Amino acid sequence: VSGDSQLPPVPGQARVVICGGGIVGTSVAYHLAKLGWTDIVLLEQGRLGAGTTRLCAGILSMAKPISIESQMANYSSSLYQQLEEETGVKTGYVKTGSLCLAQNQDRFISLKRLATRLKVLGINCNIIKPKEIAKLHPLVNIHDLVGALHLPDDAVVSSPDVNHALAVAAARQGVQILDRTAVQQVVVEKGHVMAVETDRGSIECEYFVNCAGQWAYELGQASEVKVSVPLHGCEHFYLLTKPLQEPLAPNTPVIIDMDGRMYARLWQGGLLSGGFEKNPKPIFTEGRNQLEIQNMQEDWDHFEPMLGALLRRMPHIETAEIHQLVNCPESFTPDMRCLMGETPGVSGYYVLAGMNSSGLAFAGGAGKYLAEWMTYGYPSANVWPLDIKRFGNLQSSRTFLRHRVMEVMQPRVQTHSFEFLPYDFWRYLLSLDQSKTFYKPDWFDIVGAEVKCCKEAVCVIDMSSFTKFELTSTGDQALELLQYLCANDLDVPVGHIVHTGMLNERGGYENDCSVVRLSKNSFFIISPTDQQVHCWSWIKKHMPNDPHLHLEDVSWKYTALNLIGPRAMDVLAELSYVSMTPEHFPSMFCKEMSVGYANGIRVMSMTHTGEPGFMLYIPIEYALHVYNEVMSVGQKYGIRNSGYYALRSLRIEKFFAFWGQDLDTFTTPLECGREFRVKFDKDTNFLGREALLQQRQEGVFRRFVMLVLEDHDTELDLWPWWGEPVYRSGQLAGTTTSSAYSYTLERHVCLGFVSPPPGPEGLPMPITPDFINRGDYEVNIAGQRYPAKAKLYPFSSLFTQQKRRKEDMELSNLQGK
Amino acid sequence: LHPESQRVQLQGRCGSCTEFLIHHLFVPEFDGKNVSSVMGFESNQLPANAPIEDRRSAATCLQTRGMLLGVICSLFGVLIHFFALSERLFYYIAVSLLPHDTLCELEASVEAGRAFSPILQWHKHPNDYFTREAQSLYFNSLRTYWQELIDLTSPGDVPDTREALLNAFKRLDNDISLEAQVGDASAFLHYWVLRVAFSGATACVAHIDGPDLYIANAGDARAVLGVQEEDGSFSAHTLSNDHNAQNDSEVARIRSEHPHSERKTVIRQDRLLGQLMPFRAFGDVKFKWSIELQKRVLESGPDQLHENEHTKFIPPNYHTPPYLTAEPEITYHRLRPKDRFLVIGSDGLWETLHRQEVIRIVGEYLTGVHQRQPLKVGGYKVTLGQMQGLLEERKARMSSAFEDQNSTTHLMRHAVGNNEFGTVDHERLSKMLSLPEELARMYRDDITIIVTQFNPHVIGAQRQDDES
Repeated sequence: VSGDSQLPPVPGQARVVICGGGIVGTSVAYHLAKLGWTDIVLLEQGRLGAGTTRLCAGILSMAKPISIESQMANYSSSLYQQLEEETGVKTGYVKTGSLCLAQNQDRFISLKRLATRLKVLGINCNIIKPKEIAKLHPLVNIHDLVGALHLPDDAVVSSPDVNHALAVAAARQGVQILDRTAVQQVVVEKGHVMAVETDRGSIECEYFVNCAGQWAYELGQASEVKVSVPLHGCEHFYLLTKPLQEPLAPNTPVIIDMDGRMYARLWQGGLLSGGFEKNPKPIFTEGRNQLEIQNMQEDWDHFEPMLGALLRRMPHIETAEIHQLVNCPESFTPDMRCLMGETPGVSGYYVLAGMNSSGLAFAGGAGKYLAEWMTYGYPSANVWPLDIKRFGNLQSSRTFLRHRVMEVMQPRVQTHSFEFLPYDFWRYLLSLDQSKTFYKPDWFDIVGAEVKCCKEAVCVIDMSSFTKFELTSTGDQALELLQYLCANDLDVPVGHIVHTGMLNERGGYENDCSVVRLSKNSFFIISPTDQQVHCWSWIKKHMPNDPHLHLEDVSWKYTALNLIGPRAMDVLAELSYVSMTPEHFPSMFCKEMSVGYANGIRVMSMTHTGEPGFMLYIPIEYALHVYNEVMSVGQKYGIRNSGYYALRSLRIEKFFAFWGQDLDTFTTPLECGREFRVKFDKDTNFLGREALLQQRQEGVFRRFVMLVLEDHDTELDLWPWWGEPVYRSGQLAGTTTSSAYSYTLERHVCLGFVSPPPGPEGLPMPITPDFINRGDYEVNIAGQRYPAKAKLYPFSSLFTQQKRRKEDMELSNLQGK
Repeated sequence: LHPESQRVQLQGRCGSCTEFLIHHLFVPEFDGKNVSSVMGFESNQLPANAPIEDRRSAATCLQTRGMLLGVICSLFGVLIHFFALSERLFYYIAVSLLPHDTLCELEASVEAGRAFSPILQWHKHPNDYFTREAQSLYFNSLRTYWQELIDLTSPGDVPDTREALLNAFKRLDNDISLEAQVGDASAFLHYWVLRVAFSGATACVAHIDGPDLYIANAGDARAVLGVQEEDGSFSAHTLSNDHNAQNDSEVARIRSEHPHSERKTVIRQDRLLGQLMPFRAFGDVKFKWSIELQKRVLESGPDQLHENEHTKFIPPNYHTPPYLTAEPEITYHRLRPKDRFLVIGSDGLWETLHRQEVIRIVGEYLTGVHQRQPLKVGGYKVTLGQMQGLLEERKARMSSAFEDQNSTTHLMRHAVGNNEFGTVDHERLSKMLSLPEELARMYRDDITIIVTQFNPHVIGAQRQDDES
């Protein structure tokens, strides 16, 4: 309508530039302003909320697969509820509640599990019977339903109006909002954001936030140093009907039928119903110039299955008249979780995108967390599952993303998966064969045999996906850096292996790794697979700009084989003609040796399980040879291949914590019984030392414990996974973080955190061994409570060769992977 | 011969009924040296006669660049002997394309009894087989041909593709004729060469080398190019002319080659001398040799030959032979990136489907787009129930478009099963496929199809290279 002359000029300078005027971008602006930031500019290429926000279905549900997402939705809900009062802008907020329907027992169990998790977060929800569903929603056909999860506090809202309200509130606090201004390039200098070039001039800035939704990938590419934002667009359809002849009450709950792949809510007297199809249509692979989001086409033939599902669920609305079929593209990420945080390559460049069709529910909470991240260096909750650094380069290929988006759109067996943490490609591959049951899985006996083999003979596990770095320097810069970054003492003789955490200022684990001192000034750092990007950027961030200090990612250079079991030393001795007994090769040592015909193999006497054995780090060109030799020599010792499930069972029964599952950036070594791995006695300063010292003084408020289930029938009862609430003497005391069946104890073992109830003034109370040891514990699996014994220390009987290697015990067997 | 088709009828569906002769090959995009403009080809045959009289062949020229693809259809009768023709034709073409120097090397190797590098790499279906009979005879004829070529050319000469194709066709036909006249000491081989000469075959062969596409056609098989327009739709571009009575210039050619007195008799009832449908073909010497020659050769031939129907009658009004020629008509086309595929099909295909329809079906199959009119609600009052009914109907109507593994199978299904609405009628398809052997010929002809897909990126790049 108006020419450029009527647009306000672009300021030459700002502290923060946010790109994207949808609900996510405005939420970030709103929360930054709330936290006291000034000098914020928000840019939108078209009009505010003209993208996915405009067409969003407007359902605000807190039933999300992981807790951090439910927390975000919970916050969004309370924010949108009071937004109308705060701004005077009508947001269309109606608390309707929602019903997640179950058509089969499996779905019902998964909803029960979800319910236990939501209750821990304080979210109101109930498991209800089909008859009660009919009372809440008169149109639902309940004949094929088993039950439902009712969330009374879920709501519907008009997302463009929320978008508008957030913009109004942000503008009131001084945020400058410029529409019809497109970002062309982000200028980076020395790894830091310097300026943003728009089609109407450039803006110098310190921070840039990419909230470009569908276009976030491309915007990431349009930076001098390319930023990988792994998401892909996909068409998404929903149907609008004209007002129903017999109107429903305005607070009729939203219907979410996961088995029917559809959802429906009330909309202006009619219905709004959409779904997730089996054959999604990826879109915008070639970029934004191809198509405008405004003129998306309806595709009735594509919508046919969803319409069928709707009519099966609500047969009576057959006579309702069609108003419109809306095509509203959404953006999806490889693991169906949003992308949040500072990018690994460019400091000051933040991303919040890839909302996986839950943008409205997440925007409030995600905006708050990102604002906190920018303000305090990290959000107030653990957002690792959403951290953009969980992805590496593997996931940034456009082809990969296009193909992946067609997979993730499938309503995954997320409710069925044993361990649904496909953090990255490797894990994703591993998760393919995961059991699809809530009960005893079909691989039970196979893993049992592998575990037995690890205990009595020898097993090989491929651990090549682990992250491996080499840090070298000419002088002692490498040691100085690691002494500062790591909690444990690294000034050890050459050849020693040290298990250590890398802590943040709060004393929480940023990484949990094993560091090998290869020579005086070079170190080999081994971390979990999903640490590849995160750990790299953490070290880089703290690394002085010194040309004599060099960090290299050698993950692809080495194949890692884990030889576990008492006969591992015999196999290796035969292949190397060197004695591998503990007298000659004590635990926690690394030697470069030849194995078979291959040279230069780093052999380490540790297994990440507490069992005796060795890790072999083999230059990839020799990997096949060494593997074949190991397998052929191992024949007479009963060698067999083994997998991660065996590894997990072994580590969990020995109470080893794993970063990403048990440990996060909020967990300190003191909370998980690893004080012995902190160099308090040394005078060296290290990151997190202050916080740990203070915690040591004040006491810890929660403690990592091992819970051994009792009265739990492995054959008939539901298995624990993780995230189950833990009760102490009837009171909620914490949640589990991981669990496994221990073949040695013949029991289920859960690991998790417990904390005492708050003190008289609501203040957290320090935890005592007494609190843990006395008290009746229960673990709640999908609504059923099972008694458990809490333990602070592992069963010492589990450690083989204990007497012989007693002096090594403390160091080696309490390692945490 | 239709056990599978019968099974189909019993089951009432037509899953893979036509797939018994499928041929599917994808040429690797990068073979190290040359990037092929051909991405791959697929072929299929549906027999009406037992055994099928058509023959499809595909081969890559190893000594020169380029790929050969062709459909050979025999006329009349069960002539398994004639299968050798397609192999021989490709060898003749490949030899004609060889530069003088390569020919000399080849001759030297053969002379010295050394192994020589192969000339052709065949892309065969497991069901295809090579003819073992008369191999040495055929080899000698081929060798004589290249020896003559060596004499006729001089060092450094590189043959012109058009000339090479023309010469190969004519020479092969000549050799077939000559072999029959000379006969053979072995009674079996003598009988063999005579039967070959008295039966006929049409051929449509494509030679593809980078962006250069040549079609050599003799007879009524046809090559049609599928061109994708900017709007995504496909249009047909015919690259060969049918040599039959429907082609005015062919009629004019035949008439001009014979005296005015034969004007009425030379083409009667749209057939050559009232008998032969195609106006050009290999073999069929009873339309080529003089009556005296025919008699002499037949009399000296083995006795079994006299029982053969085809050799018995001299065509009526047979005054000024030859009436028939194997000289091909050569068409050249420079491939453009929008030329997506080439369909070579026997007359059986083109009789049942219009070429535009053929191109549309293959194009939509290959791109995976079924161009249906999208449904729009517009301003109409439609209830959800009505819409669902409509959508279900549309879904059911959607033919088994994407069930087929192969574009030619898909095309075949349409050719045989299309109803008046242009969609595959499964009942009709099952009926047509399960006709008893003796009836099949009355309702449909043999159908042989080769679909060659081009690589538009390679073609685009090659065109740029050529132009720069």
